[in-house]
Amino acid sequence: MESPVRWNDAEAQAIIDRHKGRDGATLPILHALQARFGFVDRAVIPVLAEALNLSKAEIHGVLTFYHDFRDTPPQGRVIRLCRAEACQSLGVEAMLAEFCASTGMSPDQPSAEGVVIETVYCLGNCALGPAALVEGELVGRVDCARLEALVAGAEPAAIAAGEAV
Amino acid sequence: MSAPSRIFVPRDAAALSVGAESVATAIGREADKRGIAVEIVRTGSRGMLWLEPLVEVESARGRFAFGPVRPGDVGSLFEAGFAVPDSPAARAHPLALGETEKLDWLSRQQRLSFARVGVSDPLSLADYRKAGGLKGLERAVALSGAEIVEAVRASGLRGRGGAGFPTGIKWKTVLDAKVGQKYVVCNADEGDSGTFADRMLMEGDPFLIIEGMAIAGLAVGATKGFIYIRSEYPHAFRAMEEAIAIATEAGVIGADMLSTGRAFHLEARLGAGAYICGEETALLESLEGRRGVVRAKPPLPALQGLFGKPTIVNNVLSFAAVPFILSEGAEAYAHYGMGRSRGTLPVQLGGNVKRGGLIELAFGASLRSLIEDFGGGTLSGRPVRAVQVGGPLGAYLPESQLDTPLDYEALAAIDAMLGHGGIVVFDDRVDMARQAKFAFDFCAKESCGKCTPCRIGAVRGSESVQRVIAGIEREKNLALLDDLNRLMTDASLCAMGGLTPMPVMSAMKHFPEDFRRPVMAAAAE
Ligand SMILES: Cc1cc2nc3c(=O)[nH]c(=O)nc-3n(C[C@H](O)[C@H](O)[C@H](O)COP(=O)(O)O)c2cc1C
Ligand code: SF4
Ligand code: FES
Repeated sequence: MESPVRWNDAEAQAIIDRHKGRDGATLPILHALQARFGFVDRAVIPVLAEALNLSKAEIHGVLTFYHDFRDTPPQGRVIRLCRAEACQSLGVEAMLAEFCASTGMSPDQPSAEGVVIETVYCLGNCALGPAALVEGELVGRVDCARLEALVAGAEPAAIAAGEAV
Repeated sequence: MSAPSRIFVPRDAAALSVGAESVATAIGREADKRGIAVEIVRTGSRGMLWLEPLVEVESARGRFAFGPVRPGDVGSLFEAGFAVPDSPAARAHPLALGETEKLDWLSRQQRLSFARVGVSDPLSLADYRKAGGLKGLERAVALSGAEIVEAVRASGLRGRGGAGFPTGIKWKTVLDAKVGQKYVVCNADEGDSGTFADRMLMEGDPFLIIEGMAIAGLAVGATKGFIYIRSEYPHAFRAMEEAIAIATEAGVIGADMLSTGRAFHLEARLGAGAYICGEETALLESLEGRRGVVRAKPPLPALQGLFGKPTIVNNVLSFAAVPFILSEGAEAYAHYGMGRSRGTLPVQLGGNVKRGGLIELAFGASLRSLIEDFGGGTLSGRPVRAVQVGGPLGAYLPESQLDTPLDYEALAAIDAMLGHGGIVVFDDRVDMARQAKFAFDFCAKESCGKCTPCRIGAVRGSESVQRVIAGIEREKNLALLDDLNRLMTDASLCAMGGLTPMPVMSAMKHFPEDFRRPVMAAAAE
């Protein structure tokens, strides 16, 4: 994944123009903006509404309905940790509780360094859970040590391969 | 020097999650160091996920498997001559598993939809053709729409997304709608926890899904298709986008499908993290660019679907079954299965299980044979206590019901459902009251908010289970839960609210002791 760049109105406008002719363009545009800038600045809502001939309320509704879209830039790494049933059966809840107790972190709350362990439900890795998705990379068999390494910024692919723990 | 050895390393996301990328790199590096010519082919996964990263080497007798391979094992594998086909020393290596096709776990399956997954390069259209791909579509172009629909109907195929609705009947409705513009939509939202077959197929054989959708387009006269993929699946999304571009470039789909003069344009779209967008009408709303709020039915999407036009919405696995039905015939497909459940089901075995993965079987196998014979029991080695079948809205079954066959009707008869074919195993440490609470919490979090029984009921349900756990007015709250479950079942607009009571009621029915634990123990966790 490419790292996000600083929000830039002209480039946002170019992204909107590139996609606005597509059927049901709202989600593709929001995804493209977020992929580029790491978040969707609320100031873009009227611009988008105008480009798509929709009301500002509709765009706002879409932006807030979906869990993926964020309206502030992430301060640090986002670790999406699966807390659904198959990963529960492999003890993700106890593991996370232990991790949080020892680090003072809480799920879905940024740490002092801006790292977030974000709750998600199923990453399609239910036979090799607990699972996490970090910077577009899937990591299986996540335990406390692996989670700690991911929070500390280790390469997800290296963690997946059992290195760097 | 003979031709380079062909070595197969999966790039399925599950395999990557346990280091397949590093293993592929290590193999390339070690081969270079030793001056051995190898061709590393990246494939999907064979589905033996507990053996990932599973590496295969081609030989005259077929492929030979090694696994699970860690990057640190690569040196010793080469030392044993692993890149040389049929090397006796390699076959005696501790990671040697045997000839892949003969491995018990694979040879006992009936792989129709997953026949090519893990075998060939998912993005090679030439390999796809060589392995029998496009035969279904080539057959279909010679048939009328009505003939295609009839073949699908006669196969007995039922939708694999959860509801099990007959696919042929849905297609007939769209065929009969006399409207110019129609759409084909593939539901690849795969939100159910415990399921990953759609993901594996998108990554492992994307052309199969494209072929199935193109046949659907021919059948009903639709010229445009969308595949809606959840954002939790970045690898699958990339694979589908690339495969669509390749198939379009090659003229398999696009403006002039297989030089027939007929068009079928296909586009992949990304979801945005909302479970409810797996529900077909919420999915259509999302594709149209709105919030994923469920639409009231009627009108059926088959008559007024995407942008108000007649639309086929099917699951990935439903489309994937279609090319076989067209190329081999409806009877060949219907030959598999039991009762009104025809064909094969890709079962996804996960959770606390020793040998989890993808098992494609004719309908009718028992849950026990899957969990014990294929799965080898729990990963923890403790007794199986509960099994959730069919995703987060599916029932929790006790050990005593594991002889139930995988069949839509047999599961319905015990107040359970097959859903998308996910089986999640729990050992004896599971607390079923907490699982019941989770079912409500999940519903509360993922509800689209359109109707009260779901939106408010899920919150009330969670609070009530919490009181039961805490020992506050237990009998009163258990009775309240019974009423609430009935209300949500009867009065919710869609199956999100309507089926959330299924895991809850099954937990209360089969594991009543978990709702009556001494309070100290429950509170002391
Ligand atoms: C809450 C909810 C979530 C659903 N999620 C999915 C899903 O992720 N994938 C899917 O194919 N069907 C899902 N469905 C079922 C779809 O509404 C629809 O029945 C299905 O896509 C039809 O395709 P099929 O006939 O091929 O199964 C869901 C239904 C509900 C109520
Ligand atoms: S049952 Fe829940 S998800 Fe379904 S329409 Fe009602 S509020 Fe929305
Ligand atoms: S339930 Fe955790 S990855 Fe599927």
